[in-house]
Amino acid sequence: MLRFLTRRSIGALFTLLIIAVVTFFMFFAVPGDPARLSCGKVCPPESLVLARHNLGLDHPIFVQFVQWLAGIFVGRDYPTLGHCPAPCLGYSFVNKEPVFAAIVDRLPVTISLTIGSAIIFLVFGVGTGVIAGLRQGKPLDKIASVSSLIGASVQIYFIGTLAVYFLVFQWHVVERPRYVPFTENPLEWAYGLLIPWIVLAVIFTANYTRMTRSTMVEQLSEDFVRTARAKGMSNRTVVLRFALRGTLIPIVTIFGIDLATLIGGAIITETTFSLQGIGRLSIAAVVDSDLPMLMATVVLAAAAIVVFNVIVDALYAVIDPRVRLT
Amino acid sequence: MTAVTLTERSPGRRGDAFLSVQDLHVSFSTEDGVVKAVNGLSFEVERGTTLGIVGESGSGKSVTNLAILGLHSKEHTEISGEIWYGDTELVGAPGKTLERLRGNRIAMIFQDPLTALSPYHTIGKQISEVYRKHKGASKNESRDRAIEMLQRVGIPNPKVRVDDYPHHFSGGMRQRAMIAMALVCDPDLLIADEPTTALDVTVQAQILDLLKDLQQDFGTSIILITHDLGVVARTAHNVMVMYAGRAVERGTALEVLGTPRHPYAWGLLSSIPRLSSPVDVPLKPVRGTPPSLLNLPSGCPFHPRCDYPQLAGPELCFNDRPELSPETGHGDACYLTLKQKQEIFAKIKENL
Repeated sequence: MLRFLTRRSIGALFTLLIIAVVTFFMFFAVPGDPARLSCGKVCPPESLVLARHNLGLDHPIFVQFVQWLAGIFVGRDYPTLGHCPAPCLGYSFVNKEPVFAAIVDRLPVTISLTIGSAIIFLVFGVGTGVIAGLRQGKPLDKIASVSSLIGASVQIYFIGTLAVYFLVFQWHVVERPRYVPFTENPLEWAYGLLIPWIVLAVIFTANYTRMTRSTMVEQLSEDFVRTARAKGMSNRTVVLRFALRGTLIPIVTIFGIDLATLIGGAIITETTFSLQGIGRLSIAAVVDSDLPMLMATVVLAAAAIVVFNVIVDALYAVIDPRVRLT
Repeated sequence: MTAVTLTERSPGRRGDAFLSVQDLHVSFSTEDGVVKAVNGLSFEVERGTTLGIVGESGSGKSVTNLAILGLHSKEHTEISGEIWYGDTELVGAPGKTLERLRGNRIAMIFQDPLTALSPYHTIGKQISEVYRKHKGASKNESRDRAIEMLQRVGIPNPKVRVDDYPHHFSGGMRQRAMIAMALVCDPDLLIADEPTTALDVTVQAQILDLLKDLQQDFGTSIILITHDLGVVARTAHNVMVMYAGRAVERGTALEVLGTPRHPYAWGLLSSIPRLSSPVDVPLKPVRGTPPSLLNLPSGCPFHPRCDYPQLAGPELCFNDRPELSPETGHGDACYLTLKQKQEIFAKIKENL
């Protein structure tokens, strides 16, 4: 286990480094001058030079990258903005806000959104999948299949808008979605995020229902499931202890990917519900050519994927004893 | 239980048969139509004996035995007839009744020990959960029992191996573990569905000897399903030959294998190689293919593959289905006269 974690951690860091390098150089390959944007509409040449210097853009790209990387570990000094302590992700080109602080500020929103909807879509998706698998070909199975197909086909900005329109403005069931920190008031936190959670879960549930159902059907016809029945195990035991176990592997796989993707920012959901999460931050960074912000959000999203991959691989070994971690 | 109630309930029963199958029909509804897997099968198993059921693939051997345990999916399967286990009728019995019998009074071992054990649980857990469920034993008791059973079926170092997963075991060891799991509650009846087919020959012999030993120690009855006549000869007291979901011949192992009467049984016997026969003599398989269970042939279901329908009478085999006769002892379902059968078999015997 320790060897596995060490090996995978090194691999993960290497992956992140490559992603950072590629993103950094790609940024400069795209036309557009962040210094000019920072300088404003009317920008005399000397101001432009100054802006370039202040943003640290007057060094060769490679040096800039090393400065950025070093900043994360040892901090960094800026000509006008002063010292930026480690972990320093730089200052936003747009509003001179420290990037690290912005991330720390936005991340709880994204994590809250992710956790809430993940619980909903995991429970509902797997639950309906198991039931549909057990009632294969029956009305309940067909209802589940059709509704999951619908769920998979609709878009967040469509049902999200509908949900807000009806639940908030027509029927006044809930208030407008908003973010209240969990530490401030857990109830308000859940209440404010309820609609985004449900809407996001609708999109994801379908995937889990279909995946669970098909694997469940497969598992139920396995020889060892028949053995369990022949041993006199109750139906519940057969399903929960034997059939569901094999179903966990694909569920864990997609759950890992989905969680990581959501941590990287639920862009459409955040935009639909005006939530200030990582997703909107990253979109803004791209639109504004805000390099430090862009680097931070890209690396964060990549780190989420890499970390969850390691966790998923470790979980395989927990679920299936035949899997060896190397 | 008294003899009087027995005869009242089921006149077909005899001796101390404690499992009695009467006129069993099993059919499956599929997209192509109704598959008639078992068509009017009757047999008994006596206490402490082994009944060998032989026949080609698709002759209804496994289907019959899954029906005994009620393991067919209810929605797609039509079962009629009677299966008496002691005083309990198993066809249409409530799920809870069957659940209490399965693994407890009637246990089953399957063909492929590689897939029949759960890969996610330790051997010990899979054995002990049966004991816990049926005997209400504690965790420790059932674990000790699992170790004892592993020891009994010849797993070396059972105290350590009890915590192994099936993938740590070889095929033969897995089948031993499977047997330990089946016998952990000391059942009256063990149904072994081709228990040695997936194993190599030396391990086959070990497993069969093990079953024989355990039968002597525990007095368990065994139904041994196989298509290997050698296995039957080695272990079975009684033999039933199945064809297209029916018994075509039944008797003691000596009777059926020594003086078989049904043309299909002759065919089966002449299709196995003998070490003593010269290598250049080709084996004679039963010609043709097993009948489609969707659309059974008229009359005797074996007539399209039989060499002797003309001997029995001009149209007899094509139109009328022969019944198993006589009703007890060595019986077969064929219209040839006993004399004809003896003469034909005497001729075939030379080539065996």
